[in-house]
Amino acid sequence: MNELPSILVDKLVKRFGTFTAVDRVSFQIRSGEIFGLLGPNGSGKSTTIRMLCGLLTPSAGRATVAGFDVARHAEETRQHIGYMSQKFSLYNDLTAIENLQFFGGLYGVKGSMLAERIAWAVRMAGLAGSEQLLTGELSGGWKQRLALGCAVLHRPKVLFLDEPTAGVDPLSRRQFWDLIHEMSRQNVTILVTTHYMDEAEYCNRLALIEQGRIVAMGTPSEIKQTATRGDLLLVECSPLGGALAAIKQAPGVIEASVFGAALHVVVETGRQPLTELPAFLAAHEIKLDRIERISPSLEDAFVSLTGGRSLGSEAPR
Amino acid sequence: MNLRRTIAMSRKEFIQVRRDPRSLVIALFLPLIQILMLGYGARLDANHIPVYVFDQEGSQDSQALLKGFQASQYFDVVKVVNNYGDLVRAIDADQCKLGIVIPWDFSKRLDDAGRTEVQALLDGTDDNSAQLAEGYAEAVVGTYQRQVQLDWFARRGLSQQAMVPLSVDYRTWFNEDLESKDFIIPGAVALVMALTGALLSSLTIAREWERGTMEQLIATPITALEIMAGKLGPYLLIGLADAAFSAVFAVGWFGVPFRGGRVAFFFVTTLFLIVVLGIGYIISVTTRSQLGASQYALLVTLLPTTMLSGFAFPIDQMPATIRAITYVVYSRYYVSALKRIFLGGAGIPDLAPQIIAMTVYAVVIGYFATRAFRKQLQ
Repeated sequence: MNELPSILVDKLVKRFGTFTAVDRVSFQIRSGEIFGLLGPNGSGKSTTIRMLCGLLTPSAGRATVAGFDVARHAEETRQHIGYMSQKFSLYNDLTAIENLQFFGGLYGVKGSMLAERIAWAVRMAGLAGSEQLLTGELSGGWKQRLALGCAVLHRPKVLFLDEPTAGVDPLSRRQFWDLIHEMSRQNVTILVTTHYMDEAEYCNRLALIEQGRIVAMGTPSEIKQTATRGDLLLVECSPLGGALAAIKQAPGVIEASVFGAALHVVVETGRQPLTELPAFLAAHEIKLDRIERISPSLEDAFVSLTGGRSLGSEAPR
Repeated sequence: MNLRRTIAMSRKEFIQVRRDPRSLVIALFLPLIQILMLGYGARLDANHIPVYVFDQEGSQDSQALLKGFQASQYFDVVKVVNNYGDLVRAIDADQCKLGIVIPWDFSKRLDDAGRTEVQALLDGTDDNSAQLAEGYAEAVVGTYQRQVQLDWFARRGLSQQAMVPLSVDYRTWFNEDLESKDFIIPGAVALVMALTGALLSSLTIAREWERGTMEQLIATPITALEIMAGKLGPYLLIGLADAAFSAVFAVGWFGVPFRGGRVAFFFVTTLFLIVVLGIGYIISVTTRSQLGASQYALLVTLLPTTMLSGFAFPIDQMPATIRAITYVVYSRYYVSALKRIFLGGAGIPDLAPQIIAMTVYAVVIGYFATRAFRKQLQ
């Protein structure tokens, strides 16, 4: 039953004029897996998801979702998928319950089943008592859970979430991911895009995507291991700018980049950076506040894999 | 077509119209305002045209002619002036539309030759009113002239010559009193339909794009055809309700006769609405902006319906090229059908030419409307 991948993407390409938004992207996702597409804005995440939902026609390559070729059988595909677009896109001038009824109708959910699913969605979204409020009056977290409810009323086998937690408070994001994991346990396949590193850690597997290309794929820990070729150090010092330029010239340093108010420095394994680097910095008249070994984060992996570019956005605190 | 999905879409549209002040105004108040404005404002007949008189003679004969003007419901003799300059200034100052100048030898020439002349000065800034005034003035003078001729012949013992050999007895059908409101208000129903239908439907798809709800919508299994049917269905019902309201208002408030069949009325209105809604929908799909779409929609529906449908400006009186263009203006068929239903008592069989033309339009526009929207981004 689970032999066939739930989502199969084979050398998918999307060109807009001369610009290639998605460049020969391939991956396979098992049933019930949570797969994350991680990358900065404009890297091709949304374009990939839109092709898989049949909203954009691929320029080349092939993709099947729940066994249907998305280019040739877009309508059949849509019956088996749920989609939450990047921007909140329910009707603000409809009440929560009216939105649910509308999408239930569009997905062809019938009578008593629909009532049951709507009751479930109201519970799931924590909307009990607020069903009759206009959707525009709901807070971000509620809207987002309502959108999720609308997208899964018909019990789709595959769920596409395009930056689902953008602009939502941390507690609501936490609750949202609990719901995602619950669905995954019920064997729903989930493809989620994000540029939040902490969210990427919740995924079973990840693909790092940059300028339309997949630069790394695997479980979060696999990606961190393969990406970082050496030991990672956190260095707090001042002035930061001068320190960055200088430390890149230090012996054994592979790369260095600014992370918040500190530097992350990758050093060849087998050296003694905790003694070498303070001496080097002192020689360059840079004041060292703190230096320690840290384990690499996904952000470090991403920086390393893309040659210094960061994701451009950190998780809100 | 899946009925459940179509109905879900229709329900949603109804709810949105109910909650959107702009749509509510278009659906409920615009028809009322239009009918009222056109019923009161767009009168083409002229009554009580103000007249100044410069009577150079002041004789019994000249007074007899002026009595003809005073007696007419079309004219009000406002003032008698003593010189030509006052008359001209009165026209310049818009105090009168017509100035009558009676020459000093008016009755002398009547007696000598049996014929004389008066001068009429017309304010031609509004050519329709000027033409009407000219026509009415000619009628008044003509009546006086016949009387004078009869007297002239009688005085010379030539009474048999005075017999008018042939006279035409006019009888106007369909609008017996030749009242312009009866002519204009049935056509105004077409304006109401064009305006409300095109405006409502032009907003419908553009709104989804503007509010960002389209992406979610096209990711569901609903087909393009179901989206169109589900969206336009409510507007068709609103349009028919507006049509019924307009007709009742035309009859009840303005006293316009409604002599034809109700079935025929709703049948041709449905055909017309399909065309107008289809046009608005196609525009909405292609422009993707509510403002742009509503403006284009007005341009291609309201403008030709106002100018080229024969609603107020008779097609027969247009230059040949313009007249040829009116044949492609779909609303001319609806306007002519409306006038025949209201005034001519027509039923469906009497309206075959109009119905055939409108059906062709409905099919063609309907075809393009179903093809216009593709469930794709960009």
